[in-house]
Amino acid sequence: MSTIIKFTNIAKIYQVGEEQVHALDGVSMQIQKNEYVAIMGPSGSGKSTMMNIVGCLDTPTSGLYELNGTNVSDMNDNQLAKVRNKEIGFVFQTFNLLARSDVLHNVELPLIYGGVGSAERKKLARAAIERVGLTDRIHHKPNELSGGQRQRVSIARALVTQPSILLADEPTGNLDTKTGDEIMMLFDILHKEGNTIILVTHEDDIALHAHRRIRLRDGKMEVDEPIKNRKIITRPTTVIA
Amino acid sequence: MKFVFDEFKEGMAIAFAAIRANKMRSVLTTLGIVIGIVSVTLMGTAIEGLNRAFNKSIAALGTDVLYVQKWPWGDHGDDWWKLKNRKDIRIQQSKDLEKNSEYAKAINPATAAIRNVKYGQKLVENVVVVGTGAYLLETSGSTVAFGRFFTQLEAEGGRPVCAIGSEVAANLFPNENPIGKVIKIGGYAFRVLGVFDKQGSFLGLESLDNRVYVPINRFFQEFMSFRSGIQIMVKAKSVETLDDTKEEVRGILRKSRGLNPKDEDDFAINQQEMLVQTFNQIGGVIAMVGLFITGMSLFVGGIGIMNIMFVSVTERTKEIGIRKAIGAPRRTILLQFLMESAALCLIGGIIGIIIAFPLSLIIDTVLPTAMPLSVVAIALLVSVFVGVLSGFLPAYRASRLNPVDALRYE
Ligand SMILES: Nc1ncnc2c1ncn2[C@@H]1O[C@H](COP(=O)(O)OP(=O)(O)OP(=O)(O)O)[C@@H](O)[C@H]1O
Ligand SMILES: [Mg+2]
Repeated sequence: MSTIIKFTNIAKIYQVGEEQVHALDGVSMQIQKNEYVAIMGPSGSGKSTMMNIVGCLDTPTSGLYELNGTNVSDMNDNQLAKVRNKEIGFVFQTFNLLARSDVLHNVELPLIYGGVGSAERKKLARAAIERVGLTDRIHHKPNELSGGQRQRVSIARALVTQPSILLADEPTGNLDTKTGDEIMMLFDILHKEGNTIILVTHEDDIALHAHRRIRLRDGKMEVDEPIKNRKIITRPTTVIA
Repeated sequence: MKFVFDEFKEGMAIAFAAIRANKMRSVLTTLGIVIGIVSVTLMGTAIEGLNRAFNKSIAALGTDVLYVQKWPWGDHGDDWWKLKNRKDIRIQQSKDLEKNSEYAKAINPATAAIRNVKYGQKLVENVVVVGTGAYLLETSGSTVAFGRFFTQLEAEGGRPVCAIGSEVAANLFPNENPIGKVIKIGGYAFRVLGVFDKQGSFLGLESLDNRVYVPINRFFQEFMSFRSGIQIMVKAKSVETLDDTKEEVRGILRKSRGLNPKDEDDFAINQQEMLVQTFNQIGGVIAMVGLFITGMSLFVGGIGIMNIMFVSVTERTKEIGIRKAIGAPRRTILLQFLMESAALCLIGGIIGIIIAFPLSLIIDTVLPTAMPLSVVAIALLVSVFVGVLSGFLPAYRASRLNPVDALRYE
């Protein structure tokens, strides 16, 4: 197994007025290819901070972060943008779709920034949209979709560049249980197909989909354990809308 | 390359989507640019009108004609007193030129006085009486409408004949044919031989039609001494030989005026070009001041655009965050907002030109002109430039946003 993510003593410190907030306080860990990791912990424990650093949206105050063997900690803005574009697929709790663009364009966008030609781009985007079962909504705007559908668009957008890792920060946080389950099923399938997935969640139920659980408290790793009684969903690969 | 094109297309689409999404705001912001472009293009049109008026007047002087005079055209500077003390140009010098010049095609002496002109009970006051040789038509832009100008013989003999300007003709002979009639110029009788075509005014000042022309030899008998100052017009055989002609004229005049080799010229050989130079200087200053003042309104418009672009960047912080999160580099974000402000300004520029065009037709009725195509092109370029310039700071700020902070923005 090859190591995709390697944190060595990563810290993130926010200066709020006089006070220093240690959002991450010396975290070291490794994540291998095709792992399925759930990050848990109480509110304010540093989960999102960790995800943002893994996703190269943010840079650590100190420590070493290697992604696929390259040191990302001291890359500049544009290099990080490229890494985000090629290596990372991010799924947000609040979807973060472009409101004025339709589904196709939203999914195409990373490919535009990645310099993929128009014909190839459309093909890949349509394929990704089909993967999440939204082919019949391809020209809808986000506000014409349900929450679950929106989250599936954002998953398609995350998938379309075939990144090394899929990151999802509370992807079901804004969805009801049933829709959340559908999204989790999609993640399970993607994992089975060989994707590496890191998932932040508050719910034990959701975490049970993963292989491994990391628990943070006050910016430190409190628990890092394999999950035994996994919740395995065995259903056909195409998701029911 | 392909990437750049796709990025450009994407930026364009975003720009127009953003403008469409905020129609009212876009229109109001663009108004500053519209006003700026309208005033700048109208100023450009007016300047063009001035140039045309000048060129039309100056054409009458002819590019191939030299004017031998006491005073040089243009700026006299500190030499005024020296120039004033020069000896006048005399009729003798015109005769010497006629005798000796080989380059000249035609030579015509002329001088003028102001007199009243009468025909029967009709009176025209303060008419410019021009005493001239027989070659006036050859050396000036004037043309005879009907009748004829006096001949060399009539001129030499100082016959009491004249040709009259169109305004004088209209005033003295409202219902009569003037040819052959005898008029009184300053109390002396002259027979009318011909009437000139209408010429308008020189630089919009002095009417060229309120004139009468008499043989210069007669003029010296009735109106002035032959020792008084005149000017001599010398028409070169062609524009190409103008400089040679000038040198020759200079030599003949120096001899005629008894100058020693060491003496400076005590006369001026003027030509159209000198007026053009002077005009270009004055016109250049007028144009600069005018464009500067109107340019200020464009500048104010640009500030409006900058302001609204800051608002736009702030409003769309989240969108910027999303784009950056999925891999948009700084350049792309910068380009996106630059294109938005450039597009806003370009729309303003186009509306401005659409408004300015009919207004330029109104100017045209006062000062014959047309909106020059170059002004249109420059106005559009300038508006895009203003857009890029005023969009730069907001766009730069947007491009530097930290993706996490931008995403968290509500
Ligand atoms: N931009 C910031 N400036 C200052 N402090 C910050 C900033 N971002 C996060 N923090 C602090 O860092 C700590 C960790 O925040 P983080 O968002 O990672 O928590 P979390 O585990 O994701 O919480 P939640 O479960 O509520 O999403 C918190 O104490 C938070 O207040
Ligand atoms: Mg969080």
